[in-house]
Amino acid sequence: MLDSVLVANRGEIARRVVRTARRMGIRAVAVYSDADADLPYVREADEAMHIGPAQPARSYLDAAALIAAARTTGASAVHPGYGFLAENAGFARQVAAAGLTWVGPDPDAIERMGDKIQARNLMERAGVPVSPGTREPVTDVATAVAEAERIGYPVMVKAAAGGGGIGMGAAADEAGLRAAFETARSRAERFFGSPQILLERFVEQARHVEVQILGLADGRVLALGERDCSVQRRHQKVAEETPSPGVSAGLRERMLAAAVRAGEAVGYRGAGTVECLADAGAGSFVFLEMNTRLQVEHPVTELVTGIDLVEQQFLIAAGEPPSFDPAAVSAVGHALELRIYAEDPVRFLPGPGTITEWSEPAGAGVRVDAGYQAGNTVTPFYDPLLAKLCVHGADRRQALDRARDAVAAFRIAGPKTNLLFHADLLASPEFVSGVYDTSLVSKLRPG
Amino acid sequence: MAEVRAEMVANVWKVVAAEGDHVDDGDTLVILESMKMEIPVLAEGAGVVTTMHVAEGDVVQEGDLIATIG
Repeated sequence: MLDSVLVANRGEIARRVVRTARRMGIRAVAVYSDADADLPYVREADEAMHIGPAQPARSYLDAAALIAAARTTGASAVHPGYGFLAENAGFARQVAAAGLTWVGPDPDAIERMGDKIQARNLMERAGVPVSPGTREPVTDVATAVAEAERIGYPVMVKAAAGGGGIGMGAAADEAGLRAAFETARSRAERFFGSPQILLERFVEQARHVEVQILGLADGRVLALGERDCSVQRRHQKVAEETPSPGVSAGLRERMLAAAVRAGEAVGYRGAGTVECLADAGAGSFVFLEMNTRLQVEHPVTELVTGIDLVEQQFLIAAGEPPSFDPAAVSAVGHALELRIYAEDPVRFLPGPGTITEWSEPAGAGVRVDAGYQAGNTVTPFYDPLLAKLCVHGADRRQALDRARDAVAAFRIAGPKTNLLFHADLLASPEFVSGVYDTSLVSKLRPG
Repeated sequence: MAEVRAEMVANVWKVVAAEGDHVDDGDTLVILESMKMEIPVLAEGAGVVTTMHVAEGDVVQEGDLIATIG
């Protein structure tokens, strides 16, 4: 077993990884920037090391500083969390070259899935459905226009090396495409260091449904159910649930089988997520992308399966079998995750600030993965996620009831928060009915 | 004289308008970045940028002066 791990991340996910590491007897080392010295994860780790200033490029994205911190503290493994360097194959290779254990998939798998064009082509060959799209990178607007004509409007324009919805835009016609292409290209260069663009047919009225996979040390790939992530603003998730209320048993079976094939096609080890767009009415789905890391919304899967996914990541990284029987995985009840962001609940604009009051809900079925507590300052340097409010119920109705109570009981003062948005979401007939798609938030917040 | 102020704590990512520039209502003066989101700060009327109070890389607090338009 691993004896120690450096958690190369911050906030709620660093705290969550530290919690499982310590429970397993693995010494947990946190790293922090100038902005994060007072956050709970720093205090809760067995040891913590300062790695640089607030700017991510000089701290959480500084591979050399992270590896030096592992050396200094004697950590023998690195867990990247999500975001930052979690899907950076170069960093994974540097970790291994330094003689440390990388708690994640093989760097080659990260690389093959990180290029969205390569990934689409690979999935198509593996028999996973993909939507019509470009098979080669698009680098100029004339090619984009020609490709869009071939694919058929509306099209989605994305950075081939991208993620997190950044720079993504839909276009209904050529004028829209030209604008979306320029935006995507500038963001792609700025955020991902590559101007390569991918076009694919935009599926309207789709649900965003993803499958949690786990590649075991012995080579088997398991699918641990799906998560519905259709509640999105700016192409970024705000709330997730499992099971998806829009996926039939037959569609679920086909999606889980395809996700296993996707993992097998790249020899996947560890926790990963196969994201798809599903058309519930037609009972069909297409592959979107694969995230080669722990997913933000992994707790909903943990709540229904009882499996600690971070524990499995550590076991797999150490070459050991999982803590559960792969032949006896079952999902019990219904789980929801509400992302509590430091943003206003109407326009969703950032609202960092110092937390003067922080009081978490508790009770049956309630789990809060929080990155902050009272007295902390939420700075503009990182993403706006304050906490993940997760609830589990015997069925969807009970989970929704518990979520409503928990949202009402969660008190945060100082930064802006989207708690009022979540109250509106949980009261909306469309969300409550379960018949909703990725357009839900724009209906709840028109204009 | 119109004063344009920051609505939130943010980093100044790009300064788009320069002192002496004529701007119209809705023109972008600077682009702030906060929590991985770009937030354009727009002129709320026509005029000439008399003072640009921020530079790229600055951190602004809520209410800080960004530009003065005369």
